[in-house]
Amino acid sequence: MRLLASTGATRGIVSEPDVEPTHQPLLRIEGLTKRFANVHALTDVGFALRGGEVLALVGENGAGKSTLLKILSGDYKADAGVVAIDGRPVVFTSPREARAAGIRVISQEPEIVPGVSVAENLFLGDLPRRGFGFVHGRDLLTRAQETLLRFGFADALDPSALGESLSPAQRQLVEIVRALAAEARVLALDEPTSSLTDEEAERLFALIDRLRTQGIAIIYVSHRMREIARLADRVVVLRDGRLVADAPKAELSQAHIVRLMVGRPLQDVLHRTRAVRHEVMLEVSGVRTPLHGGIDLSVRAGEVVALAGLIGAGRSELARAIFGDFKRQAGRVLVGGREVPPNDPHAAIEAGIALAPEDRKGMALVLMRSVLENETLPILGKLSTAGFVHARLERAIGQEYVDRLRIRTPSLDQDVAKLSGGNQQKVVIARWLATKPKVLILDEPTRGIDVGAKAEIYKLIDELAGTGMAVLLISSELLEVLGLADRILVMQNGRITGELAAAEATERAIMELAMIDHLELSATGAAG
Amino acid sequence: MTAAPSPAPTATAPTGTAAPSPLRRAFDAVGLQNVSLLIALALLVAIISTQTDKFWLPANLLNIGVSVSLVGLVAIVQTVVIVSGGLDISVGSIAGLASVSAALALQATGNQTAAGILAAVVAGIACGVVNGLIITVLRVNPVIATLATLSAFRGVALLLTNGSAIGVLDEQFNEIGSGRPLGIPFPIIVLAVFAILVHVLLRYTIWGRNIYAIGGNPIAARLSGVDLNRYRLAVYMLSGVGAGIAGIVLTARTHSGQPQSGSQGLELEAVTAALLGGCALNGGKGTIFGTMLAVVLLGTLTNGMILLGIQSFYQLVAKGALLVLAVTIQQYRLSRTGVQTGTAFT
Repeated sequence: MRLLASTGATRGIVSEPDVEPTHQPLLRIEGLTKRFANVHALTDVGFALRGGEVLALVGENGAGKSTLLKILSGDYKADAGVVAIDGRPVVFTSPREARAAGIRVISQEPEIVPGVSVAENLFLGDLPRRGFGFVHGRDLLTRAQETLLRFGFADALDPSALGESLSPAQRQLVEIVRALAAEARVLALDEPTSSLTDEEAERLFALIDRLRTQGIAIIYVSHRMREIARLADRVVVLRDGRLVADAPKAELSQAHIVRLMVGRPLQDVLHRTRAVRHEVMLEVSGVRTPLHGGIDLSVRAGEVVALAGLIGAGRSELARAIFGDFKRQAGRVLVGGREVPPNDPHAAIEAGIALAPEDRKGMALVLMRSVLENETLPILGKLSTAGFVHARLERAIGQEYVDRLRIRTPSLDQDVAKLSGGNQQKVVIARWLATKPKVLILDEPTRGIDVGAKAEIYKLIDELAGTGMAVLLISSELLEVLGLADRILVMQNGRITGELAAAEATERAIMELAMIDHLELSATGAAG
Repeated sequence: MTAAPSPAPTATAPTGTAAPSPLRRAFDAVGLQNVSLLIALALLVAIISTQTDKFWLPANLLNIGVSVSLVGLVAIVQTVVIVSGGLDISVGSIAGLASVSAALALQATGNQTAAGILAAVVAGIACGVVNGLIITVLRVNPVIATLATLSAFRGVALLLTNGSAIGVLDEQFNEIGSGRPLGIPFPIIVLAVFAILVHVLLRYTIWGRNIYAIGGNPIAARLSGVDLNRYRLAVYMLSGVGAGIAGIVLTARTHSGQPQSGSQGLELEAVTAALLGGCALNGGKGTIFGTMLAVVLLGTLTNGMILLGIQSFYQLVAKGALLVLAVTIQQYRLSRTGVQTGTAFT
């Protein structure tokens, strides 16, 4: 058995003697382009990566990082562009081929088979090639032990432990060791520390340092500036599917990176006529859930409060907890001074809360049913006598909101699946406006819809606030947050880490609160 | 980018008040699925008519009606279950248990017709409650849950009767099977009335509308304040009612409480009819009208095969083939329309 430490650094050369050494990048990507329907997920992205290099891949939610990784892992096929290994173009039609080529993408949720041992998990799929059969349990165990020892994890992982008993960090380790055992040369880690404790993360960093010396090329996707500072040799920034920076880490300050990620020209579609009233409409105090520790916030009548933060910060879950659809373990929610019972969406609707969830198709719309049925779903009780729905009244109300929100549909009876994304979103909003809510929670209301529809929804939010509605807006689009909100609450890891008034908020201030580690922020002052 | 996102001109798309042509409206009202069923039925009838002149005899037509009454009753409730996103394959066993219950109740009360009817319906509801609780409280997948009770309910029916049929001598009760008010066999009347009631329930009440929503997208329904478990429980109870009534008709037609014969295999035909009638297997779509068309189609097919003297074993093969066909058609449609609803972007 070869020792990785002695062969790793030169493996590329050893295995490919005919290729020019040292300057040949291990992985080269050129002109990578990928579209989904009318969304440009990636446009002409290219960079190169040498063995032993750690490249930090950063970008806002939806910037194209995941798409890029999925192309590398063989899950997606690029529409255009080249992926080359050792200078030779490769095309993957399946994850298996990508693995055979030496590329491994470790996803945020490691794929561990829960019911089998660590040893089996390590050699999953590679069993036949490695030449031992299913029955040789002892061989498998010995082999696993050797492998773990070789990579320095004999103390961290018990090869006979079942997959389901592993901690998130251990799962991550199993995936990494599995990749290394299969002689991966390019390792892509997608936010690997999102479920790790600080100590576990430190171990991972030490491992990455070691892999670096072994000549393995690493793509490290993370939102966390501290990790990027600690690990990366080079930083590639994606924005809206395009590469906006590719530079050595030394040339980019943290603040600079943040600016590159968000820096877009301000569109002039956002106007607010501010009309915040005195009366507190929504009050949340001390709300605890499995993901949140003691959330306090309030929204006044006529106020738009934005919850900013990254995906995974717990914003959507907080919205659902307020609405009663995510377990509220403690704390109070008051609407107009009256307490809303926990964990009961029906009671929340009765109390005047409305939630247009993030996942329009998955959580809000009944796609195969009509615009009308989707609009009136929560208010059928008010539209009926003795259980029978008043058809004419229902249609009148449905039509009223179609007109008011300018929902473009051939008729009220059109299947909602056939509408455009923007019009679907309007149907969701129409549904909730029809309940005449006091508090409207909008979770990513403009995700995946075109600019025209976005502008209409912005205008609508402004109008609704003008009528005295309290609006809680969750958005990952900072422009939206800055343009619409009267106040911005920034969340990170289930906590509210800061509050900014509209006047003082900047994209940078928000991103810093959302991303930069707190201790570091307080220790070094302004980051970077 | 440069185009100012100004509000759309006021000339928006035509609204619900604009009337399309009457023909178009009739077509829309019946629906594409139903039109294809009607065409299939017409073709089938045409083929049978060329082979035999017995088909159009009034006695034969009524015979078709009577013979589909059992399937029809369970297919109606199966439609509701499937629309809600579930499946109930225990309906045949429930019908058997209800039949036995009716016969035992008649025996015990000295032929109190009402007691027989009540016993069958109560037995059906009780079975429905069992199914519903297994599915909502124990969170067992509906297919598995009702597969289990398909066996268990049949077992209970056999236990109650020691495996044999129980004779029913109440003539008033047996009238339900053989009576002909206004010349129409009673089972057909029972079926028609039940179909209309459930149609109204599904189409015009909050309850029915919420069933469509639950089947179409349970999360959306939940976030709209619909109590999913309460509705699911009710759906399986209704299923029990339908199967219970089928049990009454079965008992009255055979003049006996039948634990097994006559109700075995009803679930297959009920599911086939519902899917052929346009129910989406994943829920959210389906109508009683479509299901009834499919029931008639299946009944006509069986009748035709009998008239043409085709060995009855072939009917079983044909029924199985039709179920596959129904689902295949559905998958094909899904694959065509599913494209626009799927998003791969993260």
